[in-house]
Amino acid sequence: MIHVKFFASVRERVGMAEMQLPCPPGDFSVEEVLTMVEGQAGTELRDVHLLASLNQQHVPFTAPVQDDDEVAFFPPVTGG
Amino acid sequence: MIVKVQEEDFDVSAECAGMTESKGAGALVTFIGTVRDYSDASDILSLDIEHYPGMTEKELERVSREAAQQYDILDSLIIHRYGVLQPEDKIVLVAVWSRHRATAFDACRFLIDVLKSSAPFWKKEITPQGSRWVTDCPGCRAGSREGHSHAPHAAPHLLHSR
Repeated sequence: MIHVKFFASVRERVGMAEMQLPCPPGDFSVEEVLTMVEGQAGTELRDVHLLASLNQQHVPFTAPVQDDDEVAFFPPVTGG
Repeated sequence: MIVKVQEEDFDVSAECAGMTESKGAGALVTFIGTVRDYSDASDILSLDIEHYPGMTEKELERVSREAAQQYDILDSLIIHRYGVLQPEDKIVLVAVWSRHRATAFDACRFLIDVLKSSAPFWKKEITPQGSRWVTDCPGCRAGSREGHSHAPHAAPHLLHSR
């Protein structure tokens, strides 16, 4: 399984804070995880400024994902 | 090097006094970020800060290690709050100890600037007209002294490209 988390405006847009997705066969990246999320949530996320993390580290959308990884999607951060 | 992510307020003097690696310091520079009671569009009643538990601490620790590698500092402390805060409440404390002031100023500036663009916190402004997420602002991130607009932008190197 892939553990997916959403934060801030992306969480509100998806309508949930977390989602579990089955691990697809073969190699796949954060980009494919995003496609699965959009299918599950029935909403387009690519038209918003979107960032991703993999196992709690910032990554580009080309980063490879493995079974049991934690992927998160969120808008640009605004702390400080 | 200490990092704290917490809901409760903090006492700057008490927190700074508790640091053990700061002996020999000739300078302590602190930055305290507070809640404004206004934004471009409206008065702000309160600020709701969300974060990514786990990743937040890792990012702040990574940024602190980076500062220690780049600057000749003795110690650093970052405290960042989350939850609902009121105008004038403290949001963040960055404190840096070094032998000389220039290094402490530079490292403190580095820490707050990098923190603002990498630590997974998100602010939602609660206003009389409703609530809205704060969007990333390069002017704020750069600590611009001049006035700047709050048009939505984002760090280009991190953005998803289609």
